[in-house]
Amino acid sequence: MSNSTLPTKQRDHVEAPVLGGLGESVARPDGTLKVTGDFAYSSDLWADGMLWASTLRSPHPHARIKSINIAPALKINGVSAVLTHDDVPGSKLYGLEIVDQPVLAFDTIRFHGEAIAIVAADHPETAKRAAQAIVVEYEILEPVVDADYAISGNAPVIHDGGNITRHVPIIFGPQNLKADVVVKGEYEVGMQDQAPLGPESGLAIPADDGGIDLYLSTQWLHVDRGQLATVLGLPPEKVRLTLAGVGGAFGAREDMSMQAHIALLAMRTGKPVKIVYSREESFFGHVHRHPAKLRYEHGVTKEGKLVYVKANIVLDGGAYASSSPAVCANAACFAVGPYEVESATIDAYVAYTNNPPCGAMRGFGAVQTGFAYESQMDKIAETLGMDPIELRLKNAMVRDSLMPTGQPVDSAAPVAEILEKLRAMPLPPLTATTDGFDVIELPGGASNVTHGEGVRRGIGYAVGIKNIGFSEGFDDYSTAKVRLQIINGEPVVEVHTAAAEVGQGLVTLKGQIARTELGVQRVVVHVSDTQVGSAGSTSASRQSYVTGGAVMTACKAVRDEVLLYAMEKLGHLHPHLLHFRANYKMVNGEIRDGEGQLVSSLADLVKDRVFECTREYRHRPTTPIDPITGQGLPHAQFAFAGHRAVVDVDIETGMVKVIEMASVQDVGKALNPQAVEGQIEGGTAQGLGLAILEEIQVVNGKVKNPSFTDYLIPTVLDMPPVRSIILEYADEHAPYGLRGVGEAPTISSTPAVVSAIRQATGLALTRVPVRPEHITSTL
Amino acid sequence: MEFFRPATLNDALTLKSAHPTALCINGGTDVMVELNFDRKRPETLLDLSAISELSEWSDQGDSILLGAGVSYTRIYHELAKELPGLAMASRTVGSLQIRNKGGVGGNLGSASPAGDAHPALLASGATVNVASVNGTRAIDINDFYVGPKKNAMNPDEIITSVLIPKARGGQQYSKIGTRNAMVIAVCSFGIAIDSTNKSVGTGIGSAGPTPLRAHEAESYAASHLDWTHGSAVTPEMMKEFGALVAAASKPIDDVRGTAAYRRHTLAVISGRCLKWAWTSTQEMRSK
Repeated sequence: MSNSTLPTKQRDHVEAPVLGGLGESVARPDGTLKVTGDFAYSSDLWADGMLWASTLRSPHPHARIKSINIAPALKINGVSAVLTHDDVPGSKLYGLEIVDQPVLAFDTIRFHGEAIAIVAADHPETAKRAAQAIVVEYEILEPVVDADYAISGNAPVIHDGGNITRHVPIIFGPQNLKADVVVKGEYEVGMQDQAPLGPESGLAIPADDGGIDLYLSTQWLHVDRGQLATVLGLPPEKVRLTLAGVGGAFGAREDMSMQAHIALLAMRTGKPVKIVYSREESFFGHVHRHPAKLRYEHGVTKEGKLVYVKANIVLDGGAYASSSPAVCANAACFAVGPYEVESATIDAYVAYTNNPPCGAMRGFGAVQTGFAYESQMDKIAETLGMDPIELRLKNAMVRDSLMPTGQPVDSAAPVAEILEKLRAMPLPPLTATTDGFDVIELPGGASNVTHGEGVRRGIGYAVGIKNIGFSEGFDDYSTAKVRLQIINGEPVVEVHTAAAEVGQGLVTLKGQIARTELGVQRVVVHVSDTQVGSAGSTSASRQSYVTGGAVMTACKAVRDEVLLYAMEKLGHLHPHLLHFRANYKMVNGEIRDGEGQLVSSLADLVKDRVFECTREYRHRPTTPIDPITGQGLPHAQFAFAGHRAVVDVDIETGMVKVIEMASVQDVGKALNPQAVEGQIEGGTAQGLGLAILEEIQVVNGKVKNPSFTDYLIPTVLDMPPVRSIILEYADEHAPYGLRGVGEAPTISSTPAVVSAIRQATGLALTRVPVRPEHITSTL
Repeated sequence: MEFFRPATLNDALTLKSAHPTALCINGGTDVMVELNFDRKRPETLLDLSAISELSEWSDQGDSILLGAGVSYTRIYHELAKELPGLAMASRTVGSLQIRNKGGVGGNLGSASPAGDAHPALLASGATVNVASVNGTRAIDINDFYVGPKKNAMNPDEIITSVLIPKARGGQQYSKIGTRNAMVIAVCSFGIAIDSTNKSVGTGIGSAGPTPLRAHEAESYAASHLDWTHGSAVTPEMMKEFGALVAAASKPIDDVRGTAAYRRHTLAVISGRCLKWAWTSTQEMRSK
């Protein structure tokens, strides 16, 4: 699959003292299990005597609930409980940033698929039928489905306070500048789904102390716990969460879905309650990527230097806020892209509508603008008759360039190098269409659409920027507990955090960090739960940075305590320990002095003692942005990635075959090169999906394709090999110099593919996903 | 739900007679999707997968008698020479796992216009053999599809096999789908050239309420192909043939594509299929 250039050196300060430390491509502990189907996901949980839950959802996008009759459901044999909003003991609303979403709908239905009632029964099919037996009387209302209309002031109000969930203006540099050439463009991004392969699922078990234990898939245990405690009317310590096997997340598990529902049913019935969404329900049960309309105006000099960028961005947040306010800020902050500009005037809005709620998805607001600004860069290049790479090079950010927020990019910004390296990579050969050619290699693939007829090749480039970590002054921290003890004569380190492993490889990385810091081979990574402090969310490409930083800090604290203890016990033999503790090393289960002389084995020194430290780690503080000017220091770290896409397009049928994706990304330090490569390939695939395949089709508020039959994600025949180059420019602010990896490739992948299709077809293509009929419509 | 898994065809026919609303299932690649989506709640499922004769095929001289349950994988591995059009269509069905389970019986039973086998069966002039306790019946493929997801079978009948004439000329199948694999047809087209009878058969999928034939396109091709010298199909012929195929379609707008796009691409792929099938007709002739 992959053809990559992995970094091989420059790992001086992350040198691992034992095997399996930082810098190695340590294999994931769950890899083989997942490939062979033996991994236990949250959908595989089981408890004796457990009940199964099912949800009744609204078939209407906007309606008033006149009555709910649960009696027919209660009559069904095997049903233990049927709950509605009346049965929610605490807050009836929840939400990540704005508490606006009903646990179970009351009074008003605001989107197609909104949960109204929940059922627990002795069999999943019984629960499903009982849910269908509930009779809801609706007064159907006209849905507000257009975000522009929603914020126009003329639309019905969806929530008190109006339909503008957030407006983020940015006014940067002198305003109203004139330019030689003005290039305008309007772009549209469709609603993408995270499509994690594991559907929402979990198990809630009522506890003897009146509390509850939940085992589930999520991205942030503690924020779930906080919301659950409020909804259940319990003190947070009585709500205990343990992460179960997560089948991908990509933002879809930031908001609660089934958590409160199974907890309510378990507390009501006194029995364990399990739920597993079907694929169809999963499409209704989580938030999606915000669809967007983006109106741009670039002013440039004749030589191709950006003078100003004006952008008006309207994101459709759907019925509830979710993380819309933060997505909106990201769209505004990254509206210009990785380019220097003298003047920027940006207005980003996120609207309430009666469409499905939108929230976090990989790339988080920067994906939508990435498609728009890179499309604009291509359009400017075409207008000026310039090479699109030259245009980008001319405007590329460098270290200490200013963001439109006025924030300097005070770390590596190798935008030009990314572009140069992409351009220098060899191109794949033309696809053969003679003598024994394979139709699989051509547009349409297995479907036998062309034997070369109508096929044009196109090459496109794009580069993108994304923030790492939570922004705008958020206290973004993680917690790690690290314990060192001797078990059976061997030193063992246990690492315990609440960080959600959702497939990204954090479990592996935590072990690598502990091995490197403590020189101990055996590391046990404790399952993530709420018995330790918050780790923050597995999002914003932040866990390696923040939880990695917490594990590093806790390990260093343990190391310090071990060395202090060594001083106490062995100081008379090793007088240097007193003053040169920092020079001592823990290597291969031993303590050695600065000259490499053995001080003691850990086993001999530690004996029955247990060294345990819990530490929090924070990335450097950020600030809110000014609500009028958008100026501030909102971001902790920036990531840069670029792509070159090579596509073959059958211009007569609109079939697209992406031949190759080449990627260059700065990752600061590749702590696990194979995991880094996996993130780059995955992000590239998800961006490719948005470019040509993936869209939740919503017509008048109703979802038309809630299945993998009609919501198409790339198959192995759609996703080509990725040729990647990984750059390592250490970020001095970050642990080990690392830079979050997961999201950046998703941003540049989409515009690169579309750019390549434009080059092949000569069409403007201002909307993603590009559908085949967009390509053939002009024929 | 009652579930029967008879071991013989006779037992199956008896059960079907007693439970005429029973839904037949073999590979399950259509039926299970319907059940999962809650679109169907049959009271009875009749599982035919234990009946070995349904998953066998035999050479009947001029034709292949294909058991309704022979998997798509076997069709393209074992019958690519005799039934090239159906083999190509089989190759485009779902994923390998689906192709290992599904067969033409399911396509015919569901009679969805998007079924990949239909265009090939129409183009080849196949005959569908059905059976009941009262005997057997052979239904001409042209009379088989009677409406959207409706076929000409009686409630007590089971599809046992399909009799498909062996190729007597080039055959092709082409499908438009938004993805390069594992995709349901936005529209599809099958062609079978019969150089013995100097005729051309066609089948259109996913562009009308039922699978369709393009009769005028067939006549046009039969009268314009150079049967004597075998000279190449011209771009004008491709265009005219494609236009006639598109004119025979009755597509609608839906989540998979617009009617206009379906008409347009049907014209393109059918023109190409004519050219490719004619080229292989000449190659067969020169062998």
